[in-house]
Amino acid sequence: MHITGFLNLSVPPFKIHGGIKVPHLKNTSNSKCEILKDIESVLIPMQQHIGAPCIPIVKVNEHVKLGQVIANSENNFSAKIHSSVSGIVSKIDNIIMPDGSTTKAITIESDKKFELYANLKAPSIKSPKDLVNAACNCGLVGLGGAGFPTHIKLDLKNNQNIDTLIINAAECEPYITSDNRTIIENINDVIDGIKIIVKTLKIEKAIIAIETNKPEAIKILDKRINSKFSNIKVIKLESRYPQGAEKVLIKSCINRVVPIGKLPADVGCIVMNVTTIATLSKYIKTGIPLVSKCITVDGSAISNPKNIVVPIGTSIKDIIKFCGGYKSPPKKILLGGPMMGICLADDNFPILKQNNSILALDERESNLSEPSICIRCGKCIKSCPMKLTPLFLEQSVKNNDIDSLNKLNIMNCMECGCCSFICPAHRPLVQSIRLGKKILRNSKTIKKR
Amino acid sequence: MDSKLCISSSPHLHSKTNTRKIMLDVIIALIPTAISTSVIFGARAILLICTTTISCVLSEIISRIIMRRNDTSSDLSAIVTGILLAFNLPVNINVFIAILGSVIAIVVVKQLFGGLGQNFVNPALCARIILLISFPKDMSTYTFPFSYLTHSLDATTNATPLSHSTSFIPNYTDLFCGNIPGSLGEVCSLTLILGGVYLVIRKVISLTIPLTYIGTVFIFTFIFGKDPIFHVLSGGLLLGAIFMATDYVTSPVTFKGKIIFGIGCGIITVLIRVFGNLPEGVSFAIVLMNILVPHIEKLTIPKAFGWEGKVNEKI
Repeated sequence: MHITGFLNLSVPPFKIHGGIKVPHLKNTSNSKCEILKDIESVLIPMQQHIGAPCIPIVKVNEHVKLGQVIANSENNFSAKIHSSVSGIVSKIDNIIMPDGSTTKAITIESDKKFELYANLKAPSIKSPKDLVNAACNCGLVGLGGAGFPTHIKLDLKNNQNIDTLIINAAECEPYITSDNRTIIENINDVIDGIKIIVKTLKIEKAIIAIETNKPEAIKILDKRINSKFSNIKVIKLESRYPQGAEKVLIKSCINRVVPIGKLPADVGCIVMNVTTIATLSKYIKTGIPLVSKCITVDGSAISNPKNIVVPIGTSIKDIIKFCGGYKSPPKKILLGGPMMGICLADDNFPILKQNNSILALDERESNLSEPSICIRCGKCIKSCPMKLTPLFLEQSVKNNDIDSLNKLNIMNCMECGCCSFICPAHRPLVQSIRLGKKILRNSKTIKKR
Repeated sequence: MDSKLCISSSPHLHSKTNTRKIMLDVIIALIPTAISTSVIFGARAILLICTTTISCVLSEIISRIIMRRNDTSSDLSAIVTGILLAFNLPVNINVFIAILGSVIAIVVVKQLFGGLGQNFVNPALCARIILLISFPKDMSTYTFPFSYLTHSLDATTNATPLSHSTSFIPNYTDLFCGNIPGSLGEVCSLTLILGGVYLVIRKVISLTIPLTYIGTVFIFTFIFGKDPIFHVLSGGLLLGAIFMATDYVTSPVTFKGKIIFGIGCGIITVLIRVFGNLPEGVSFAIVLMNILVPHIEKLTIPKAFGWEGKVNEKI
């Protein structure tokens, strides 16, 4: 079917469609994680994952300790939230999330002692159920940025035959180096985590997928993943955005295509971010849930770009202050990478579980150029990893043509941003596609009524 | 932090390319041919190129002002149209006909349909066809190469090597280097290929359309018992295949569409050249295929990654 696959003689990495060359900008790949603990308070929103928002189970003025569950949901498709400091709950009120929705958030005044909650203990993993419970009690979500609850991913249905665990260490977004630092600094946790998952879920083989622009991490992986681990393999991928996108990664590692609307488990594999695995492994060893996160702080407006480990809920203002403040007035502050990150309205917003970077861009880097007319060069089609036609999608959105949006598979777009990046006319294609998805969703709900 | 922050949809990084740079690359790719043609046909070639370029840019600026739209001349597309139009004219054509061609290309074909990105046929080619029909004699009176050096009186001919009536059959070297009568931009194959290579290296065009177009002409002229190399090198085929059929706006954006477009152009060109009354069919072939582009695109939209044959209803 695929000539390229045939020529490759089934040796990974396999050829992927589209993608773009982005500047690496991995300025912080050699900066060791520093720990930020000296903060006054944390603000913990109830929606830090895909799924049902949590409901606070603590009250104002209650004293909480590090690792104590402060919010939970009756819905299984959710993730527990733990206190990331020890101290007193001072406020529970609504905040506006960067996407415009409103959610409850708990403010905790830190006593700066970081006293551990007494009931925490390391779980013993004997069955797949234990592993799912461990991920659930850890409050773990996909730390690559999506925030999909990990216990849902690991909870395999009986008929699902999983043969491959893919560990996503591609980190294809420019700037971000926190996964890279996880491998370099916590390689033991990563390997132990892989071993536990592979053993418990009886998965044949594990693949660590990493882009070639992380030489130090690759060196460590090559050294540690030797003949002792016959079932773990390291695959070095070309540095090409969006190599780390789940469906793209599955194609380039094991040459399988996830059908539209299906999950990786439907083609026999699980994809987990490398930091997610390290965090799970740490939880299984120590019983300390997901309460802190390594993040990359970078961008043209930051004085001292670095990687830091911060308690979840630390305000971005505190983090940037820790990095020497602003070098020049910021024009955009992003949560996440420059390709898929979300803009913030101010720097009082807290760090969430699934965030892996904060970028502050100055005016020049913010790239506020006006779009010009589409010259139909077709570069957007060539670059789309999902083989969509962004220029036609934009046209259909403009025309409000729901039928055509459906036919062009608009829902298959993962908003990676390749089309907008490459467009010589600087057209906001991803923005149009987001609008189109909304139009399509609304039309469906209207139809149902 | 005192300044207000900007909120925008991702991505926040952008490649360095823009429309202007792409057009500039096309202009650079056209320069070798402009030089070779002014060597072959003399200073009048330069005069003609400058005339059409300036009148195209002025037409664009003035028509945008009249239509009360913002000025778009800075995207350089009018310059590309101007140079390409000059390349489609014989060297001794009346300057006023050249200016009229520019106005037709920019105002009628391009701006009246909405400007860059909206025209459905190639402006320069369409203008050439209109001029060819309106001034058939002027448009097909060609000058022999290097006749400006000898000042000979019978330096003009109605025949290019492609004409049915001509007994003049040049050798391949003359065809390749441009030692033949013809329009400004179609005689020197060498510099046209040079420009094409530059565009491919700069990733402005892909090889799909030029290769399928030229390949189809090669195969079909061979089938009809003509000399395929002669047909590839003579007439406006290389100019058309490299610079006109690959025009972004009027060629399909899909890969399969490009192949269909190239083959279609090739077949029509050969049919006109072999069976038609006209000696040359490139401009008609490309314009006819331009008109079909929306339909070709509709039929060749690629299947999405993971497509299994039906639209997913679960959202």
